[in-house]
Parts: sequence; C-alpha cells; structure tokens
Amino acid sequence: MSLNLSKGQAINLQKADGGTLTAVRMGLGWQAAPRRGLFGTRTREVDLDASAVVFADKQPVDVVFFQHLTSDDGSVRHTGDNRVGGAGQGGDDEAILVDLQRLPVHVDQLVFTVNSFTGQTFAEVQQAFCRLVDETNGQELARYTLTGGGAYTAQIMAKVHRQGGGWQMTAIGEPANGRTFQDLLPALIPYL
Amino acid sequence: MTVELIRGQNHPLPETRLEIRVSAGQPIAAGVTLNDERGRMRDATWIAHPASPRLPGVEVSKQAAADHRLAVDLDALPAAVHRVNVLLALPTGVGGPTSFGAVAPPTAAVTGLDGAAIVSYHIVDLDAESAVVALELYRRNDAWKVRAVGQGFAGGLTAMLRDQGLPEAEELAATINAAVASGMARAVAPAPPPPPAQPSQPGRPVAGDATGWSMDERLYNQVWGMFEDLARATAAYRSAVDFADSRMDRELDGVLSDPRNRVGPVADAARAKAQAKRAQLVDQARAALDRDVAQLVAESEVVEPALPPAYARWDNPCWHAYKIPDEVPMALRLGDLSLPEHVGLRIPMLMRMPLQRGLWIDSGRGGGGMEAALHDSEDLRRRAAETATAIAARLLAVHPADGLSVRVIDPTGSVGGLAPLVEAGVLAEPPAVGEAGVTATLAGLTQRVDLVQMAIRSGAGDALPPDIDLAEQLLIVRDFPHGFDDRGVTHLRYLADEGASVGVHLMIIGDREDARAYGPLLDPLWRALLRVTPVPDDHLADPWVGHAWTYDPGLPPQNSQIVPRILRQVAAARQTTQP
Repeated sequence: MSLNLSKGQAINLQKADGGTLTAVRMGLGWQAAPRRGLFGTRTREVDLDASAVVFADKQPVDVVFFQHLTSDDGSVRHTGDNRVGGAGQGGDDEAILVDLQRLPVHVDQLVFTVNSFTGQTFAEVQQAFCRLVDETNGQELARYTLTGGGAYTAQIMAKVHRQGGGWQMTAIGEPANGRTFQDLLPALIPYL
Repeated sequence: MTVELIRGQNHPLPETRLEIRVSAGQPIAAGVTLNDERGRMRDATWIAHPASPRLPGVEVSKQAAADHRLAVDLDALPAAVHRVNVLLALPTGVGGPTSFGAVAPPTAAVTGLDGAAIVSYHIVDLDAESAVVALELYRRNDAWKVRAVGQGFAGGLTAMLRDQGLPEAEELAATINAAVASGMARAVAPAPPPPPAQPSQPGRPVAGDATGWSMDERLYNQVWGMFEDLARATAAYRSAVDFADSRMDRELDGVLSDPRNRVGPVADAARAKAQAKRAQLVDQARAALDRDVAQLVAESEVVEPALPPAYARWDNPCWHAYKIPDEVPMALRLGDLSLPEHVGLRIPMLMRMPLQRGLWIDSGRGGGGMEAALHDSEDLRRRAAETATAIAARLLAVHPADGLSVRVIDPTGSVGGLAPLVEAGVLAEPPAVGEAGVTATLAGLTQRVDLVQMAIRSGAGDALPPDIDLAEQLLIVRDFPHGFDDRGVTHLRYLADEGASVGVHLMIIGDREDARAYGPLLDPLWRALLRVTPVPDDHLADPWVGHAWTYDPGLPPQNSQIVPRILRQVAAARQTTQP
C-alpha cells in the first residue's frame, strides 16, 4: 500500500514486518504540458533532472546527478539522464537507487531535488511525481505528486534521513530556482 | 424494521425459516445446540458445530470466520426440540485472543429469507469469557420466539456444553476446537504472522548466486560482485574515516583560532570532545565495514571451494581431479587481490579469456613495494620465473588439448624457473636461445599475426597456408630485453599491440630498469601490458573507486608438485592428439 505524502509529512521507512529497508529507489516522472499557440501541436520537450545530494553533518559530501551517476562509494546510483520525460506514461523517467545499508556511516541525510535543465518552469510540466520504492520488492512506499506547478524551475522534493537505527523520509516539496543542484545548495540548508 | 434487543429481551419470530447472521471483528467459531423441554441436550448429536455442521433443520459454517450465516428451519427440527441455542466461541490454540473482553463485541442478528433483519443483538459486557450463548430460539405455545441471552462461559465450550447437561462435554469441545484450528491452518482466516524478520541478517551465501547461463559464468559474476562489494564497502569506510578526520580538524581549528582558548581546561575539553566524536564515527564505520567483510568472508568460504580449475587457487582440490577441458573457460585466475583493511579476505582476480592484454611479470623492484624490498634481486628473478610458469601452466591447463602453443624466448639460455615447462615437453619448440633464436621466433609470430589479420579482413580464412599454427599462441620472453636489438623490440611491440586480437599473447619477464637504455621508447610497451608482480604489491586499481589493491600471484604451495603434474597431463593429451 502506497502512501500519498503531503508537504512536510514524514514517514518511517520501516517495513511492515519490522525489518528495515535495505535499498530504495527514488523515481521521478513528468510530462510536458501541452501548449497553446501558433504551432499548438508542437510539444516542447522539458528536461527535468533528478539529483540526490548526500549530506553528513549538514555538509554536502557527495552528489549524484546526470554528470556523476554513481556516488564515490557506490551506494547511490542514478540510472541515467532522461531529457524528454513522459516516455513511460506513469513509469519513472529518472530514478536514483540508494543502497541504504551501504551508505557510509557518516552520511545522515539525502536530499532529492528536481531541476528544469532546459529552463522551463514547472508551469509547463504536468503530472510530475516523485515516489519512493522499496527496491527489493518493487513496492511503492510513498508518492508525492507535484501540484500547482508555478513559475519556478526547481523543486526540493524530499529527504531521507537517519532516525534512530533506521531511515525516515520527509516530503519537502518546496519550490526553488536553479538549473542544476549547485544552484540549489543554499536553498537546501534550511531543510536539513 | 429491526428490533435491537438488549440482554434478556425476547421477540416473537414471524417465520420459521430463518438466517442467523453473526459478525465479529475477527474469526470466531459459531455453532448451534438443541435442547429439550427441560433445557438439556439429549446427547452429543444435538449440536451443529464446525466438525459436524449439519443437523436436520440447522446448518452452520465449517470454519472460524469474522462473519457467519447460520441457516435454521424451525419446522424441520425434531419435535422434541424446544430450544435452539446459537453459540459463539473464540478459536483456541491458534494464537489469537483468548477472551471476548479483548475483542470488539460480536453482533448476532436474525433475518428472514428476504434478508430483512428481524432482531439484532450486540453482545456487550463480555470479559473473560471465551464462549458465549448469543441467542436462543424457543418454542412457546406452538410459536417460536427469540431471546437475547449473552451468557458467557469463562470455561469456554466445555463449560457451556456441561451447563447444557452433556456428560462428554470435554471431548466434544476438544473435537470442535481441533476442527476450528485445522480450518484456521488452511489459511481461510488470516495467515499466521510471518516469522519475525531479522533485520540486517542476510541469508547464508551460496556459491553461484549470480546471474549467468552456466555455473562458470555465475561464479565469474559472483566473484566480480564480491570484488565490487569489497571495493565499495571499503570506500564507504574510508570516506567515513576521512570525514571524521576532517571534522575533527575543523573543530580543533575552531578551538585554536581563539587565542584565549588555546590552552587551559576549555581547550582540553573541546579537544577531547572532538576526538571522542571522531572515535565514535570511526567505530561506527568500522562496525559497518566488519559486518560487510564478515558477509564477504562467509561468501568467499563457500565460493572458493566451488571454483573450477580456471578460477581456483592452486591448493584447491579440484586440481587433483583435473581433466583436459573441451573448451576455453570464460576467465582465468591471475592471482588474488586484497585490501590493507582486511588482508585475510582475498578476492580471486579473474581476467576474461582470451586475454586482451599481455602480461608483464616484473622481476625488478620497479614498483618499490615493501615486499619487493625484502627479496634480493636473484630471488625476485627466480620468483618471477615461477610466476610465469604457474600462469603459463594454468593457461595450458584451461585450453583444450592443442588449443594453445607456448613458445619461450630465453636469450641467455638459463632455463631456471621455467624448467617445469621445458621438462614436461609442453612447448611447441625448444626455447629460442641467442639472437638468432629471438629473431626467428619473433619473425614467425609476426608473420602469423599478419597473415591471420589479412585473412580476417578479407574473409578468406581458408586461404591461409597450411603450415600456420591456428592454435592460440603464448610467447614467453625471458629476461627482456637481453638479446633484443631494435628490430626485435619493434617486433615485440607489434605483437603486443596487434597480437591479442588474433590469438597471440605475450608474457614478458623483465625488469624495467634493465630496459632503461631504450629510454621512453618502451614506455608504451609497458603500459600496454598488465603488470604482474611475483611478490605481493599494491599496484592494481579497481574500476569502481580506484583503490590500490594488493596483488598476490597466488603461487602453488612450497614443494607442491601440482604444476609439473598438470603439465605432464597436458603434454600427454597433446601426444595422443598429434599424429
């Protein structure tokens, strides 16, 4: 059973049977919104990029994005850049796999962000979602749907952070502006 | 209209064919007992229960459920029956709740055949009881009425049945409970809770636990998986330690930057705190690494014995059952790899076959490794020859008979460590000695590479001259560059660059220092070859994180006769296939 998160809501990533999650996938999917205009049939492609910034003690120590697909220790992997979106019609267009067990012990937070690389604002994106899937059995744990796309080019989606012995996911869902994750780093700090 | 009954209240029944609906928050058993005019069961056949669900005029369900529909036809009952009791009981012995006080109050309702409820009754105020008489339907002046009873029995079914005057109450209750329990075990009711999960307790490793079409491929992939896992786990550990160190430095800097705090108890406390924080994080990282390494060690313990000769260590018993293979394996073990954090865990270094790069067996101290410094140069040279012999023997062993021709260029003629190869008679021709020998062997191989390349390019494999040896070729060059002139070196570079793709492989034994006279001209040759050291040396990098791995050639144990034995077997197979 999947849980629809709302902004700021947190869920504990404990399995129903008490075991802890070992591997999760953060999936991102979107479609370009149809445009009105002279050439109404011409859909403009939107390139959204998913990134994961790895934090230790509120310091960014690593990042996984389309130019650095695997974290230095290999525990966070990006499945590759998708520059048009919408191909899967509900499937994930970009995905980041996190091996929670193998994350170095000093890593305590991962923040997932989405940036519009082509510069369109989220007003031109529809049906964008990010979801967290238990990679071991494909079960969706939480889904966060972007609503009310506005005049911003980035979104801080969610964070996964250590909580006690396990992990917790918190939906953030805050708009921001930037082309890649670098532009977002200052905006991330308040959510750590 | 439904009448809500309270305990003790009665209500006339307009029909005689009825349905009794019971609903509870969780699985319960339902049954019906019949009583005579004195309120007693005549015998043990006057009860409908899960093990015996039908009586004339009564039908109950066979298993425990959260909702029941019992059918009652009052006209079909024996004339002696004056009272029909509807009873509910919690299943016993299945791990569920044991008293009605612990569950939501069940509801019993009487409905007509049209489904309209006539009366309903919430059985409240139950506590320690595990069986309850919910309703009774009774004859009064030739008409039937229903009464809400709600009489619970803490003693369960046994007590209830005894109350109705049944002497064999205990046996009957046991029968009912057993039937209910076996019904539950069929998983009509909720499945038994899964065994408590053991977090971070991975299953026992199994050899060949990877993808692949054949066991060889699965083992190969598993070994590479272990290699990557160890690289990653160690990278995680090292990055955590680095982070802990840099954080401690930062915190110490913070203390020192304020002159007032540089000395004195405040500074000491801050320093101690920073160090404790570092120690804590490093301990955590170490614990995570130990957990991963323990898992890999366990995996290695099951994988190593399962490896076929091509992947196995020389001390693996599979070598004693060695047979000439029918085809070339996927990969070859060139040695062992390990990291300084856990030297005991050795990952087989498997290279895909056919080898894409030649091998350079370094007989010098070029790497400046710690181990190399412990051996004198004569010793290193001898070990280099032994390493070459072991690798060549392994290559010969994993090829089908006549699948690989080995040639040796030994300009100085001091056979030395290569003796097993020469003595076993596995060489295609005697070692080439002196300058003339070097030139002849190199020219032969160069011509072969050239001709085969031409044949491949023009798709004319059948146009090759008949005297071309189509087997894979391994050229072992001893004491490079002794006996080589510029021409010879050029030939060798050609073979190193072009040979592997047409099955001519190089194995050069040499010390880079000796070739210094050639200047940087030979650098590309060294780089094109995979450097293998006869003593452990940390010069190999993995493809994922680039750790420096310590390579160990994994030579046979001292005094082991396994290499000569295998070589004799290879030579014998060769003689039988050659005319």
